[in-house]
Amino acid sequence: MKVKLEVNGTAHEREIEPRTLLVYFLREELGLTGTNVGCDTTSCGACTVLMDGESVKSCTVLAAQADGRSITTIEGLADGEELHPMQRAFREHHGLQCGYCTPGMVMAAVSLVTESPDLDETHVREGLEGNLCRCTGYHNIVAAVLDAARSSREGAW
Amino acid sequence: MSILGNRVLRKEDPKFLTTGGTYVDDLALEGAAHVVYVRSPMAHARIRSIDTSEAASAPGVVAVYTGDDVELEPMPPGAPFANPAMVRPWLARGVVRFVGDMVAAVVAETREQAVDASELVLVDYEPLPVVVDPEAAADNETLVHEAAGTNVVFRIPEDFVNVGMVPPEAATEPSDLFEGCDVVVRQRIVNQRVAPCPLEVRAAASQWEGGRLTHWTTTQAPHAVKGSLAQTFGVAEEQVRAIAPDVGGGFGAKIGGYPEELLVPWIARRLDRPVRWVETRSESMLSLGHGRAQTQHAELGGTRDGRLVAYKLSVIQDSGAYPGFGAFLPTMTQMMLTGVYDIAKVFFTDVSVATNTNPTVAYRGAGRPEATAAIERMVDIFAAEIGMDPAEVRRRNMVGNDRFPFTTPTGTTYDVGNYEATLDRVLEAAGYAELRAEQRRRREAGGPKQLGIGLSSYVEITNGIPGSEFGSVEVLSDGRARVRTGTSPHGQGHVTAWSQLVADQLGIAIEDVEVVHGDTDLVPRGVGTFGSKSLQSGGVAVFQAAEQVVDKARKLAADLLEANPNDIELDKTNRRFHVAGTPSASKTWAELAQASGDEGLSAEVDFAAPGPTFPFGSHLVVAEVDTETGGVVLERIVAVDDAGRLINPLIAEGQVHGGLAQGAAQALMEEMCYDDQGNPVTANLADYEFVSAAELPSFETYSMETPTPINPLGAKGIGESGTIGSTPAVQNAVCDALLALGVRHVDMPTSPMRVWRAIEAAEGKR
Repeated sequence: MKVKLEVNGTAHEREIEPRTLLVYFLREELGLTGTNVGCDTTSCGACTVLMDGESVKSCTVLAAQADGRSITTIEGLADGEELHPMQRAFREHHGLQCGYCTPGMVMAAVSLVTESPDLDETHVREGLEGNLCRCTGYHNIVAAVLDAARSSREGAW
Repeated sequence: MSILGNRVLRKEDPKFLTTGGTYVDDLALEGAAHVVYVRSPMAHARIRSIDTSEAASAPGVVAVYTGDDVELEPMPPGAPFANPAMVRPWLARGVVRFVGDMVAAVVAETREQAVDASELVLVDYEPLPVVVDPEAAADNETLVHEAAGTNVVFRIPEDFVNVGMVPPEAATEPSDLFEGCDVVVRQRIVNQRVAPCPLEVRAAASQWEGGRLTHWTTTQAPHAVKGSLAQTFGVAEEQVRAIAPDVGGGFGAKIGGYPEELLVPWIARRLDRPVRWVETRSESMLSLGHGRAQTQHAELGGTRDGRLVAYKLSVIQDSGAYPGFGAFLPTMTQMMLTGVYDIAKVFFTDVSVATNTNPTVAYRGAGRPEATAAIERMVDIFAAEIGMDPAEVRRRNMVGNDRFPFTTPTGTTYDVGNYEATLDRVLEAAGYAELRAEQRRRREAGGPKQLGIGLSSYVEITNGIPGSEFGSVEVLSDGRARVRTGTSPHGQGHVTAWSQLVADQLGIAIEDVEVVHGDTDLVPRGVGTFGSKSLQSGGVAVFQAAEQVVDKARKLAADLLEANPNDIELDKTNRRFHVAGTPSASKTWAELAQASGDEGLSAEVDFAAPGPTFPFGSHLVVAEVDTETGGVVLERIVAVDDAGRLINPLIAEGQVHGGLAQGAAQALMEEMCYDDQGNPVTANLADYEFVSAAELPSFETYSMETPTPINPLGAKGIGESGTIGSTPAVQNAVCDALLALGVRHVDMPTSPMRVWRAIEAAEGKR
C-alpha cells in the first residue's frame, strides 16, 4: 500500500507492507534511527514521536495510520543548530546517560509541557510514567522538564 | 585552577539529543541477512524432533540451523571449576533446560521474514520434570543436567578449600559461634531474581572480509569479546575487530558473551555475507542474564546493650540452567559479609545450584547488594529484638576511623572509611528525630497511613577483580589531544570525565580532547566497564599518560628553546610551554607535536591498582504504608555517599540517582517470576514491574569525599553504591512501618500484596 506523510517538515511517499509499524517506517524506510525500540508491549516509550504535535508511541501506530499526518522525531526538534529548550534542559540537568530512552523521553516531555505548561513535579512524574529510563532514576529528567516548562511559560518556546 | 571536581556538562549529550546515538541496530550493513532464534516454550523437555522444512522454504529464508549443524567447539564453561556437564550448547541438543533456551536459528533476507519463518519451525517436545525453586534443586531430586548427576555447581567453603581458595580451618562452623550472645535473631531472606532491563536490548552484527571479522555488539567489554571470538573461530586475535558502538545500558548483564551473539559471526561465515541480530524485549526478558536470586538464612547474635558478636549467613544461589558468573555471586557476598560493622565471629556457606530458569549473571552490585541487604535487614531485626534504635545499633558497631586499613573476618581489607560520619550526616539531613516523632504520632493515632523510616549503612567493593586497564594520550599536530581508553562506557560519561583529566594536565580545552573507546582496532587493549572500575583503573591510566605527555613535551620544548627542562613551565591558560620568566620564548602544543617527528607526542599507560577500593555511605528512606491496602509510597530517599575524590560531581550524582532508583525498584516492585513449571510470568515490560518516574520521589543526595590511598586520583567507584545502599533502606522502611503491627519481616519486593498479607498474618497471631 501507499502512504504519504510529512516527517520533520519533509513530504514522503512510500510503498509499504500494510503491517509496517510507524517506528520501522521511520527507522528503515527513512533512515531516521534516532527513534528507538525498547520493548514490544507499548510500555517503555523509547519510540515516542509527535503526530500532529501530540506524542504517540510509534511502535503502536501503523505507518498506514500516519497517512496524511505530520510526524516530528528527535531529528526534527532542534531549529538548525539551535537546540529546542527541552533538549537544552536535558543537557543542562544531565537528564540522560546511555541515551537510549532519550529521544522518546524528550518528545514525550515536549508534548506534556505543550499540553500543560503549568505542571508541577507530580504532574511531570505521572505524565512521563509511560517512558522508562534505566539509568537516571528520573531525578534529573524531572528537573529538566520542570525547567523547560518554566522557560515555556516565560515564552521561550 | 583545576578542572577536576567541576560539574562539567557532558560532551556526549548533543548527539544523543539531536540525532540519537548509533546503537548496533542503527548501523547500516549492506546486504545483511537477519537471524531470529527459535526458543523453547518449555522449561525442561527432551527434543524428540525438529522439523525445519516448512521454515526453510518460507519466503526470503536463507538458512535454518539447529544444534547439530554447529560444528564449533563447545562454549567455554561459564564459570571456572563449574561442572563441565553443565556447559551450555550453542543451540540446544537433545534437551531444553529453560523457557528461552535456543533450539534453532532462522536466517532470512528481512527481519520480518525471519520472524514469520521462525514460527514455522516445528519442535516436538517431551516434557521432563522441572525444578525452579533453588532450595528444591539443592536436594537433587530433579536434575537439570542428567549427566552431571547433581544440580550443585559448587559449595562454599568445601569446594573452595579443595582448590585452596579457603583455608581448611575456615571450612567448619565454630561450635562456639554464638557464645557470648544474649540474643540471636534468625531470618530466612529471599533476595529475589530481577531482570537487569537495559533500555537497549542485545544486538549483534558480523561481517567477514578476507578472513577478517568485524563484529558489532552491545557489550560492556569489547576486548573480551574479541578474545572469545578469536578462540571460538580459531583465528588470530588480529583477525578480529570487535566494536561496541553506542550501548544503551548494561548493568552487568552485557559483560559476558552470549551464544546468541557469538553465533552471528558463525552464520555470517557460513553464508559468506553480513548477518545481523536484534532480540525483542520479550526475548530479552527470557534470556538476557538475570540478577540476584539468592535465598539466605541469616543468624545474627549480640548483647542486649547492642554489641554485635557473631553472624552466620547460609546462601543458596540460583545459577539458572547453565551456570555462569551468577554461580559466583556468593563469593562477593562473602567478601562483604559484615558490611560496615566490626563483628568478630562469622561463618559463611553457599551452595550454588542449577535450576530450569534463565542463567544468572552480574547485575548492578553483583553479590555485594545481597550481602548488604542481609546484614542491614538483620541489624534492624536485632535492634527491634533488643528494643534499641536501629541507628544506635549501627553506630555502636561501625568500624572506627582509626582502624583502616581494616581486615574483616572474611579476609577483605577495606582501604579507608568514615562510616559514622555518613550516618550522622544522613540522620541530620533527614531530620531523624522529627521523623521518629511523626512516626510515633501516627502510631498513636492508629490511622491507616503509617510511617516507616529505613536506614542502611553500606560499604562495598569496587574494581574488585584485579588487573590493569589501558589508557593513552596523544597530542595531535593541530594541538588537539586524542585519548584511547580500554574502558567501554555505556552511559557513564567517560568521554567527558577523561577529557577533564587530560585538560587538567595539559591545559588543552575539554572540547579539543577526543576520547576513543569501544573499538579493538583503535584501542590496542582494554578490559571494559563493570564493577565500578573505570575511573580508578582506566581513568587513572589516562591521567598518568597525560602526566607523561607533559614530561615529554617539557623535554622537547627545552631542546627546541635551548633551555634546561627544569626551567620550562607549562602555561595551561595559553596552552604553551615557555622558559621561566620569559613567556615570549615558547612552544605551543601544536608546535611540539609537529616537532616530535615519527615518535609522536604520546604516552601509553597500563595502570594496575594495588587493590580494590571500598566506597561507603548511609541511606535513609521515608515510606508511607497504607495498612488497609498494603500500598507503599516512597516519600523521601536521602543518600550520603562517599566514593573518594569526585572528578565530575554531576556525573557522579547521576550514577547515584540511577542506582537509588534500581535499588528502590528491587525493594518495592521488581521480581522476575517463574511458576512452578518454569513458565516465566513477568516476561515483558507490561508484566515486569519496571520502575517509572511515578513511583519515585526526587532524591536528596549528599556526597562526602574521603580519598583512597589506592590510586593517585584518590577515586573510588560510584556506579553501584546507590543500588547497594538503597535496597535495604527501602525494605527496612517498609518493615519499620509495620513493626508496631507485629510484622517482623517482609521479603522483597514489598508489594502491596505481600505487605497486606504480612499485616493480615500478624493480626491473625494477635
